[in-house]
Amino acid sequence: MVGVANTSRIEQQSTLHGTEELVINMGPQHPSTHGVLRVILKLDGETVNDLDCDIGYLHRGTEKIGENITYTMFIPYTDRLDYIAAPSNNLAWVTAVEKFFDWEIPMRAQYIRSMVGELSRIASHLLWLATHALDIGAMTVFLWCFREREMVLDLFETAFGGRLTVNAFRLGGLHEDVPDKFLQLTQEFIDIFPSRIDDYETLLTNNRIWLQRTRDVGIISAEDAMDLGLTGPIIRGSGVRWDLRRAKPYAAYPYLDFVVPVGENGDIYDRYLVRIEELRQSTRIIQQCLDQLPGGPVTCKTPRTIKPPEGEIYHSIENPKGEFGFYIVSDGTTTPYRVRIRPPSFINLGGLKKLCIGQLVADVVAIIGSIDIVLGECDR
Amino acid sequence: MPDEVEENSEQTNDAPDADEPAEAVKTPPGEDLKEVVESAFPGAVLEQSAYQDDEDEATFVVGLDSIVDVSTHLRDHGDTLFKLLTDLTAVHYPEAENPFEVLYQLYSIEHNRRLRLKVRIKEGQAMPTVSSVWSSADWMEREIYDLFGIEFEGHPDLRRILLPDNWGSHPMRKDYPLEGRGERIYTKPKRKEIGD
Repeated sequence: MVGVANTSRIEQQSTLHGTEELVINMGPQHPSTHGVLRVILKLDGETVNDLDCDIGYLHRGTEKIGENITYTMFIPYTDRLDYIAAPSNNLAWVTAVEKFFDWEIPMRAQYIRSMVGELSRIASHLLWLATHALDIGAMTVFLWCFREREMVLDLFETAFGGRLTVNAFRLGGLHEDVPDKFLQLTQEFIDIFPSRIDDYETLLTNNRIWLQRTRDVGIISAEDAMDLGLTGPIIRGSGVRWDLRRAKPYAAYPYLDFVVPVGENGDIYDRYLVRIEELRQSTRIIQQCLDQLPGGPVTCKTPRTIKPPEGEIYHSIENPKGEFGFYIVSDGTTTPYRVRIRPPSFINLGGLKKLCIGQLVADVVAIIGSIDIVLGECDR
Repeated sequence: MPDEVEENSEQTNDAPDADEPAEAVKTPPGEDLKEVVESAFPGAVLEQSAYQDDEDEATFVVGLDSIVDVSTHLRDHGDTLFKLLTDLTAVHYPEAENPFEVLYQLYSIEHNRRLRLKVRIKEGQAMPTVSSVWSSADWMEREIYDLFGIEFEGHPDLRRILLPDNWGSHPMRKDYPLEGRGERIYTKPKRKEIGD
């Protein structure tokens, strides 16, 4: 049995000094920690004085595995990182490896990649909204969001055969073209989805309980967010208009029109508004992809064995959770010498302490929900 | 002191503009960033490289002693503003003279630029922490300590983060086998080259 729980710094301190502060454990089986996350809280009454995260329960050594298999074989492993938005991870890996080469990826493949990437953003944000609202006590939102998430998973099944771990893309394009039925069903989904977003908003946006639980809670300034390395909707919630789809465009994003929403106060409510607006913008992007989708092949001519030249690259994409990147060192053979995953959840979770100190213990649940973590990618 | 730095960097920036027609030789990526660093810390950039001359892959190798100063300078200087430490990781080259490379992947939101800093260290050598420069380095340095066994001097809370406290070895080293526990003598694996 190797799973010995780590002794916490906070536990040691409190036994040494015999203080009156209360140390409580949250997780790793607590439902609102969204996976196997153990948070050790030091409380003064109801106020959080100190906090420590114990992670690593889901550590599988994915980086080590990546160093011992070929570039193509690693694609399914990336599915298992952020399993809520698996196609996004595939996209990060294939675009990173393609940076080694000067292949011309067919435009049809690029558009389908962007489209599926946005569908996975919708799937991820829906799961976030469902569980985040459930943590704060809104049951209906949970059921409604899962109703639509089911539709997105059905779309993945139509196109790639898988629902959760889809293994969607290949180096150089796609495995094969998506069926016409996928495009038709996507259009049907896009037609109804904006009204469904309005439905979620009627339940939450002006809801008095929701406002009281989220406004002015878990505030982080733009400077602090950069210092902590926070990326994705969190840093945009703090007013930094920065999105890698815009800053370092990949796939078909240079040709697509969308707005990068930002918040003002950097509290939970602003992060909520940013993600809701991202759902709308994703719908817009998918509509543009469907309208502009060119014909032609979906894969370029690639060698049978993928052997990148010696060198090192870093490439990242805008995952639903934040900046998701790969740093790859190639030694000129068929297996990478080093695979480093730049995990948004891991680094965003590192900011939890700063967000929680001085807040009430009940708000810790709301703050964890607003960071939107997936432990599979955090622990790798 | 900061004023002097500003002036120096402006001078060096103006100089290439004056004789622009003679600038037939392509400047390597990150040359302007190198000037910013060198104006404050002459000789700090030991090596400069970039994969296929890609501007995003600009890489500087810096010394162990100067990494904190160079990082702080790159974060605060108006021409660089690398306020985001995107990634911090390490690579193990067991056969090299300095077997560990510690990499700092920086990003500047204002200028939309990337830069990679590298420090090469020997086995058992401790790195200075950059968690005072970027708070995000805290967890990433703990991860490197956990998986590579590189210590960071001055780190506020250096403990294992992903593996249990009693693990005893460092799995991301190349001499850590895929089966069983603990490090072994490193032999370069014979890779079966498909298609050869």
